[in-house]
Amino acid sequence: MFAPDEFFLRAAQQAAEEEEENFADFSPAPPFRMAFTFAAFAYLIALIAVAFCIFFAIYLVICIDELKTDYKNPIEQCRSLNQLVLPEYVIQFVCFVLFVFSFQIFSIVWNAPLLAYHVYRYMNRPVMSGPGIYDPTTIMNADQLSKSAKEGWVKLGFYLISFFYYLYALIYTLVTA
Amino acid sequence: MGGNLPNQQPQLKPPDIQSTANGHFPSGNAPSYSNGPTNSSIPGFPPTPFNSNLPNAQYNQPPSLVPPNLTQPTNLGSYNQAQSSTPSNLVPTASLKPTSSFPSQPPYQQSSQPNPTFAANPNLSTSFNSSASSAFSPLKPISSAPQFPQPAKPNVAQQPNFPQQPQIPQPTPSLGYASMNGPANTVPNSSIPYNPPQMTTPSFQPPGLSNVPVSSSFTQPQLPPVPSMPTSAPPQQLQQNSLTQSSSMYQTSSSSMNGFPAPGPMGTIPTSPNLAPAPQNFPTQQRRPVAGATSAGYMQQPQQLQQTQQLQQPGYPVPNPYYGQGQEQNRYVDLRQERNLIGYGVDDNEINLPSTVVNPNVNVNPAVFRCTMSAVPQTQELLKKCRLPLGLTLHPFKDLKNLSIVQTNIVRCRYCRTYINPYVYLPDNRHWKCNICLRSNDLPDEFCWDPATKSYGDPTRRPELHHPTIEYIASSEYMLRPPQPALYFFILDVSSNAIENGYLHTFSEQLLINLDQLPGDDRLLIGFLAVDAMVHYFQFTDPKRPPKHLIVDDIEDIFIPTNSGFCVELAHFRESVRSFIQNIPTLFEANASTSNCVGAAIDVAHKLIAEVGGRITVFQTVLPDIGPGALKNRASSEKPDPKNLVTATDFYKRIALECTGHQVAVDLFVLSNGYVDLSTLSEISKFSAGSVYHYPNYHINRGQVQVKRFQRHFNRYLTRKIGFEAVLRIRCSRGLSLHTFHGNFFVRSTDLLAMANVNPDSAIGVQVQLEDNLAGQHTVCFQAALLYTSSKGDRRIRVHTLCLPITSDFSTIFNQFDLKASVSMLAKMASERALSNGEIADSKEGLLNAAIDALGAYNRSVGQRSGVVLAPTSGGLKMLPLYILGLLKHRAFSSSSQAQKRLDERIAAMLQFKNAPLEVIMLEVHPALYAIHNIDQFEESPQRLPLSYERVNRDGIYLLDTGNYVYLYICSGVRSEILQQLFDVSHFGQLDEDTVIEQRTNPLSDRLHNFLRTLQSQRGLFAPIIVIREDSPQRDLFTMRLIEDRTENAHSYIEFINHLNQEIQR
Repeated sequence: MFAPDEFFLRAAQQAAEEEEENFADFSPAPPFRMAFTFAAFAYLIALIAVAFCIFFAIYLVICIDELKTDYKNPIEQCRSLNQLVLPEYVIQFVCFVLFVFSFQIFSIVWNAPLLAYHVYRYMNRPVMSGPGIYDPTTIMNADQLSKSAKEGWVKLGFYLISFFYYLYALIYTLVTA
Repeated sequence: MGGNLPNQQPQLKPPDIQSTANGHFPSGNAPSYSNGPTNSSIPGFPPTPFNSNLPNAQYNQPPSLVPPNLTQPTNLGSYNQAQSSTPSNLVPTASLKPTSSFPSQPPYQQSSQPNPTFAANPNLSTSFNSSASSAFSPLKPISSAPQFPQPAKPNVAQQPNFPQQPQIPQPTPSLGYASMNGPANTVPNSSIPYNPPQMTTPSFQPPGLSNVPVSSSFTQPQLPPVPSMPTSAPPQQLQQNSLTQSSSMYQTSSSSMNGFPAPGPMGTIPTSPNLAPAPQNFPTQQRRPVAGATSAGYMQQPQQLQQTQQLQQPGYPVPNPYYGQGQEQNRYVDLRQERNLIGYGVDDNEINLPSTVVNPNVNVNPAVFRCTMSAVPQTQELLKKCRLPLGLTLHPFKDLKNLSIVQTNIVRCRYCRTYINPYVYLPDNRHWKCNICLRSNDLPDEFCWDPATKSYGDPTRRPELHHPTIEYIASSEYMLRPPQPALYFFILDVSSNAIENGYLHTFSEQLLINLDQLPGDDRLLIGFLAVDAMVHYFQFTDPKRPPKHLIVDDIEDIFIPTNSGFCVELAHFRESVRSFIQNIPTLFEANASTSNCVGAAIDVAHKLIAEVGGRITVFQTVLPDIGPGALKNRASSEKPDPKNLVTATDFYKRIALECTGHQVAVDLFVLSNGYVDLSTLSEISKFSAGSVYHYPNYHINRGQVQVKRFQRHFNRYLTRKIGFEAVLRIRCSRGLSLHTFHGNFFVRSTDLLAMANVNPDSAIGVQVQLEDNLAGQHTVCFQAALLYTSSKGDRRIRVHTLCLPITSDFSTIFNQFDLKASVSMLAKMASERALSNGEIADSKEGLLNAAIDALGAYNRSVGQRSGVVLAPTSGGLKMLPLYILGLLKHRAFSSSSQAQKRLDERIAAMLQFKNAPLEVIMLEVHPALYAIHNIDQFEESPQRLPLSYERVNRDGIYLLDTGNYVYLYICSGVRSEILQQLFDVSHFGQLDEDTVIEQRTNPLSDRLHNFLRTLQSQRGLFAPIIVIREDSPQRDLFTMRLIEDRTENAHSYIEFINHLNQEIQR
């Protein structure tokens, strides 16, 4: 009476052990548990952030185009553009910092020139008390206008590429880590 | 529907810039017919009735076209005057120009080198070919036009052409028509009843052809040419000949015709008649083996052959007058040889328009509106290759004598809103084709009514088609709100420094004199504010009693103490205001406050008058050091910091933009004896369409010159015309776009400038870029329309239209280079660059490169040889290096230690470059030097002398006219009679520099003062006369402006040219 019990217990234990072994064999459980690495977190945040940046870039392009063709008041247009300059720069900087902490070499290299440009651009902004880089008195100069429009398009492209790269990198990190 | 919008807007929004500009000025989008809320920000510009509902009342009452209440110098009989004024423009003076170009010739004759033009320059030939393939239709018919009796075939040229075609084109009207109808396929204008006098042939003839001697030269081809006359004479003598005797020009020009070689057997089909064969080559050509029978010869001389053939076509209508000039103009001068460039004078280029436009013979006053190129390059490549600046200078509100003012239904293009102008096309009497967008519009019926003759049917008689500058009295459609009263507000610095320098005395004296002359109607408003460490308000409550004096010391959070009485009707409070002005100097006599809080004062003043708009005049003597907009003394450090040129804070810019939004302009009078940080303070004027006046070292007792200057300037400032609530729109032809604007205003849109005030002493500059190929267009047009409220309270539109021909010919571009416009544009660009990034070296390099580029491009085009710097004798290019040198040595850009110390003066000079009209800039850059000790010995005005000290004799008196001052330089060896006559002193030692030179009763003094008055009348702003003795410490003022001499750290002119030469050779 005792023996079958013992047997059963042993068998159950055995089965459990086997099962455990089998489980370990069949699926990579540990990666999934540790799946959400810091790098993946960084990419997830960057993905959301860059979506905002894409919006900003589109907005910039639209605003500049409105200045060129419609008769929007440059003072108001610059005011609304200037409000978005620092948020964009901060977002980009935060992403960069996240990548630095997660040692994502390619993303660092990819973002470093833009960060440098942002710093340079803000250092050389016109004399103004509020935040921002767009000066309503000079924005209507054709070269300023075309420069800003070009900047908008280039940034839009940059952020779009970034977006898809981050998406890929996020999945890749999740899968391989 | 559109008409309602402007009326609704004022209630919906505050009268900020957006609503104002939209309401006042139409967009280019033909908005009148679109409806829907999307257009509310794009102007609901009221439609001008175009085709149907014409207000017939308008043309039933033609006499009412000119309102009786005009006060400015207007031409009331403008319609009649239009007819009579045109003939003066008919005869082109260009035929006289080539004479002055002869002096350049001898150096080449002596050097006997192969002519540069013939050096088979690939650049040249390509440009010519491209012109042949271009769509410039008047040119094309040459090989195919049916009216040629002998179309150019390969064998034509093998025959001796001279006997074959004994006739030359006679300057008859029919020829003009022929040439006009030649390209008729482009513009069907044959039905237009053209006025024969307007179609005078001279404008269709190349200058050389229009003279009778030409025909004799053709009928006697075997005559030997007479080339030796002009070429063998020594240069100096030649120059005198050519300058004084106009008849000798005809002689030489006919002899050059004679000098054409017989055409070669090549029989080239003239691909393009607009080639510019260099006439200075004729003598040498004659001795060449004519006719390059070989293909090599052909390659060398294509231009020559074509030219020859062209001339021999019987009755060949020169397709475009302007190309014909090429043959006279393509002479050049070596800048390294020629010293007396100033002797050529600075003439304006003549603009020759194709005859297809309605009125090709009228041109806009070049002092008002001009382009750096009197002929616009057809393609971008061409513009790039010639490396000249393309831009406009515009003096939109200049005082004009014969301005025609009309009150009529304003005819505008319904697509691009261009105002009808003399350069539109009239295919028939029912339509007009816009010259900017090239679309066809209906012509309103009433436009055929001629108010002058009271006849009907001929639209070409209308004043709109006769005057490139015209002023319309606009209807209420052009108003956003009813015209506001004129408002003048004065902010006076009353700190102890201001009391010390005593400007308040001059201020109150001049204002009292001119109080009744202030432009405005009965509603004129006036107000005052005084500033030291606190803000002093003056509240007028009782017309009989002095104003209440309210002081607010909370400058960080400034407020308006009560709500009325700060800005009052002058008519009502005249007594009170008058006595107050009288008392101003004594009121603050004992003020000990040294601080100044002008930032707060401007802020509160603009809020005080924001509802009405108007003009704030700020007088500043010290650096504003407290309150908002406080500044630090940045000039105290020894080392000049480039950042000091750049504005320190954007406080003043922000206020200026707010002011612009409320139609308030701020003018700044700086009467300092120290640093006031003009670069920062001036922003208040720069962006609110004001002006800046700078009087360095102002002191009522010690600086009489500046006091006098301030007094006269302030006098003019108070009484000159003024326009309120102005917007300026500049439209330009397709293919061109406006790039950057220079001047004092706020750029509201790509082609719209918001100017709270306009005044007759401000000018603007616009950089233009060529975006497209201009092929297919005959002309390029720029139209500047200034919409403003006059001080009498009516809304007016002043329209200037500039029309320029297009060229694809490289040499024509250089010949039509406009020196004045270019120098002014370069000065503006350089100032802008220096003020925005603080690097003066950057600006100087830009200026230098402008000279190198332009001359380099020209020298490459004529085939470069080492050791010479060539420039065409016609056009202004030959003077460009001189003026560039003048700019580099001007105190705005000079690197001398003196200029660096006086930061404010440098900035004032730059600000002046940005805002001053053309004539002042030209004199500032290159002052005019005259010898006046013998002024009574000649009938005519003295000649300008080169700006070199070697022209200054020890026994002479010289007058140096710079833009802002006139210097009278008296050498020590001057004869005592002269001194006696002019200054009433017996010898040089007694001469006092502070003396006021008065007119005395003797011929010398009379002549001098007449001459001074003449000089004064040529500029808007008064320039005081400063007497400088040869041994005076002030002598530098005079000698520093002799720009051809070497200075401590700048080249002499010769060195500069040599430097250019090195750079070009590289």
